[in-house]
Amino acid sequence: MMASAWSPEVIATHGLKPDEYEKILQILGREPSWTELGIFSVMWSEHCSYKSSRLHLKKLPTRSKLVLQGPGENAGIIDIGQGYGIAFKIESHNHPSFIEPFQGAATGVGGILRDIFTMGARPLAVLDALRFGPIEDAQAGARNARIVEGVVSGISHYGNCFGVPTVGGETVFEPCYNGNPLVNVFALGIVKQDEVYYGKAIGTGNPVIYVGAKTGRDGIHGASMASAEFTEDSQQKRPNVQVGDPFMEKLLLEACIEAMRTGAIVGIQDMGAAGLTCSTVEMASRVGTGMEVELDNVPQRETGMTPYEIMLSESQERMLLVAEKGREHEVFDVFRKWGLEAATVGVVTDTARTVVRHHGVIVADIPSRELADEAPLYDRPHTTPYRVHPVERLTPVPASADLTADLRTIVSSGDMCSKSWIWEQYDYTVRTNTMAGPAQADAAVIRIKETGTSVAMSLDGNGRYCYLDPREGTKLIVAECCRNLSVVGALPVATTNNLNFGNPERPEIMAQLVASIEGLAEACSFFEVPVTGGNVSLYNETLGTPIFPSPVIGIVGLMKTEAPVGIGFRSEGRDILLLGGLGECDEVRFGGTQYAKAVLDDLWGLPPVLDMAFEKRVQQAMRQIVAEGLAESAHDLADGGLAVALAESSFPNGIGARIELDSDLLPEFLLFGEAPSRIVVSTATPERIQQIAAELFVPVIRVGVTIGGHLEVRNRNLPLIVTEVETLRLPWAGALEEKLESRR
Amino acid sequence: MKIGVVVFPGSNCDHDAWYAVTHNIGHQAAYIWHDSTKLGDVDAVILPGGFSYGDYLRCGAIARFSPVMSAVKSFAAEGGLVMGVCNGFQILVEAGLLPGALLRNAGLRFICKTVGVEVATTNSPFTHAAQQGQILRVPVAHGEGNYFAEGRILDQLEAEDRVAFRYTEPVNGSQRNIAGILNEGRNVLGMMPHPERAADPLMGSTDGLAVLRSLASAVVVAK
Repeated sequence: MMASAWSPEVIATHGLKPDEYEKILQILGREPSWTELGIFSVMWSEHCSYKSSRLHLKKLPTRSKLVLQGPGENAGIIDIGQGYGIAFKIESHNHPSFIEPFQGAATGVGGILRDIFTMGARPLAVLDALRFGPIEDAQAGARNARIVEGVVSGISHYGNCFGVPTVGGETVFEPCYNGNPLVNVFALGIVKQDEVYYGKAIGTGNPVIYVGAKTGRDGIHGASMASAEFTEDSQQKRPNVQVGDPFMEKLLLEACIEAMRTGAIVGIQDMGAAGLTCSTVEMASRVGTGMEVELDNVPQRETGMTPYEIMLSESQERMLLVAEKGREHEVFDVFRKWGLEAATVGVVTDTARTVVRHHGVIVADIPSRELADEAPLYDRPHTTPYRVHPVERLTPVPASADLTADLRTIVSSGDMCSKSWIWEQYDYTVRTNTMAGPAQADAAVIRIKETGTSVAMSLDGNGRYCYLDPREGTKLIVAECCRNLSVVGALPVATTNNLNFGNPERPEIMAQLVASIEGLAEACSFFEVPVTGGNVSLYNETLGTPIFPSPVIGIVGLMKTEAPVGIGFRSEGRDILLLGGLGECDEVRFGGTQYAKAVLDDLWGLPPVLDMAFEKRVQQAMRQIVAEGLAESAHDLADGGLAVALAESSFPNGIGARIELDSDLLPEFLLFGEAPSRIVVSTATPERIQQIAAELFVPVIRVGVTIGGHLEVRNRNLPLIVTEVETLRLPWAGALEEKLESRR
Repeated sequence: MKIGVVVFPGSNCDHDAWYAVTHNIGHQAAYIWHDSTKLGDVDAVILPGGFSYGDYLRCGAIARFSPVMSAVKSFAAEGGLVMGVCNGFQILVEAGLLPGALLRNAGLRFICKTVGVEVATTNSPFTHAAQQGQILRVPVAHGEGNYFAEGRILDQLEAEDRVAFRYTEPVNGSQRNIAGILNEGRNVLGMMPHPERAADPLMGSTDGLAVLRSLASAVVVAK
């Protein structure tokens, strides 16, 4: 084997710091080969090793009676009873989606789906959280519009063809995402508890089998790319982005599930980030075994590929599995039936080393556990979270000239307008489980045919809140996810998270990450929704400008199968109740609201105050209300506060509301303040709801009544908002498409 | 009574069709693998939605060469009931069992939504249990559902009462809002909307049952 010292430049271009290289020398007891250098580079990248976040992620709660599989596997699994579990996880594909939006987003969907079916679970639902720069942006608007269209069609292309419904998600626009869009994809699948598969290379002498697409030169160093900031020449990294084939993935799904049923498979892992490298090393290191691989046997799309390229390729739709020796043919039969390539590429050993040969010559020989588990771990310095905006607004919030016009401005803004242009491009009804798809209810709901029960999912984030206070902002997101689930009657049970942050080597950015993780830990413990997995995406900066700290939280809840409570008012003459009361708001707590953003074009202050104990009682009351079938409609108050919640409740069926309030608050705060722990409920049985709320010490106010076609809000007889629903709905419904049209 | 559900590589509504037949209308169903040359003991055949063979080249263009399609053609020629939904409709058109073509949607985007579908004729084994002019609420989910045929073919379809379903408003650019058509023998139906997705009250609509029940009872009567 070649053993020569690599120049500092070569080491640096592999993203390895001098002390990290020293550690490699220690582990190997010699200089690494070129292939080994590549292997260490990807395995020790931020993306694969979580070296900046690992220390802090340990603070997260990960256990409960329902958690069957916590963090560390391809996906988390929770018990849903009757011998079944649901596997779910979220993954980001931020960097590739900026460089090549269509393929970047498509392969993001592909990657998370493989994480789910690798475990033996059939994917049942996808949700996605998207962050873009504003389409209206003077400089970057046209590019942002292209990214929006590319990302949405990429998700649509992959998910629709694969045959998994995309049932929900959220889309937010902020200038900080101009050079750094976020594409976070959540997927959930169903698995029998005794048929869960793990990425474990068990059994010395067992064959290691490669299945799926051939290996090409695409995506080499994708994981390293995701672990660095963007610079002006990042566009030249386009060859690093992989190309997805959802048809291949669909075949892979069916073949894997069928092959698992043969009982001949002992371990399986998808080849995602860092491809063959990551799958071989992780499968062996998890169980302390070794693996020997001959690269000549790896199906290759191109000729003349070097071992370095084969090991680092991130070609999509590939899996690595270990079969029981002597039963390989059962696996091969299944893959042949589905027309897929399968080849024995190696064998499990008891040497605890990953040995890679090419044309019979050893090109890498590394102790598996040290490579996987002794990746550098950093306690990076962290100071106070980065922020440049003031807590106190320099001048008081100006009195609104026309609150109805303000409401129209907000509901037709990028964040708050209807996203139907996006989700109508996603097949959200395939698999015939979708009980509440996009925008129908506060959470997406699918039934589980196997158990006769249902699962609700909520995906949420709020970069503004987290920028103003990462810890409190993150807690507010967890609270909102749990509230969304409670509104449809589901009991929140487990969490997955995607932590999207800037450069952790900057102490003020690291401080955001640490505070956010601590907030996540605190809230997940309090709401009893342990974290079963997730993803960390750092270095989301372009030319030194970081994104807002953007944790995206996905929480799943369990419920019985019955028609979920929707957002829209359903009939006239119903009482409208505000569960949780009118809420508090002052000028400081108004600075992160949608009103501040869309109407004042400003940002200051702190996020709304969250009282977690109170929030929990509100949610408990809500679930009780739904369980007793008392709510005709229900919608939580979130972005845009009471006024937006009322508007959104009016849009689906054109049934509006006449609201009479009694409050000392400024009208702007009263209508648009975003205090949490509040839910608008329309009902024919207000007395029983009041009784339930009283028993839990939750205030509930009867604020008005549903009426046909109009939305009117008064405070102490002073009209604040008076409008026809339709004049509000039309700009809301058409805003996104108009913005995109204006850029064509 | 048993309904066969063909499985092509890339079919993704096969499970849904199977579930609707077995659970929502209470009949037997059996999967038929794409490379089999026989349909087995089935009384009717559903070609389900999806992306058969990745829909490479053109939707349904590769599936038409699949071994099972020869069996489907013979079955149809003998009067067997064949229903193609979404990708199944595209395959039937490519296979020449139905006239016309399905082009990319007018907006050039995939469309998923529940739409109004008018029953344009009840004179068929797939619609006889519905009312003439009845409006069904049924989901569509397709990128290429824009029905196109020459004017004289469209005239002929209408003259022969072979338009089975029409959208109540433009959805994808289809000529004359055609959502589903019958062959000359009226035993082959192609439709873009998904009746199997509107077969359970939990899914928000059970209007698709009118189609599935028509099919099932037609088979029973024929037997």
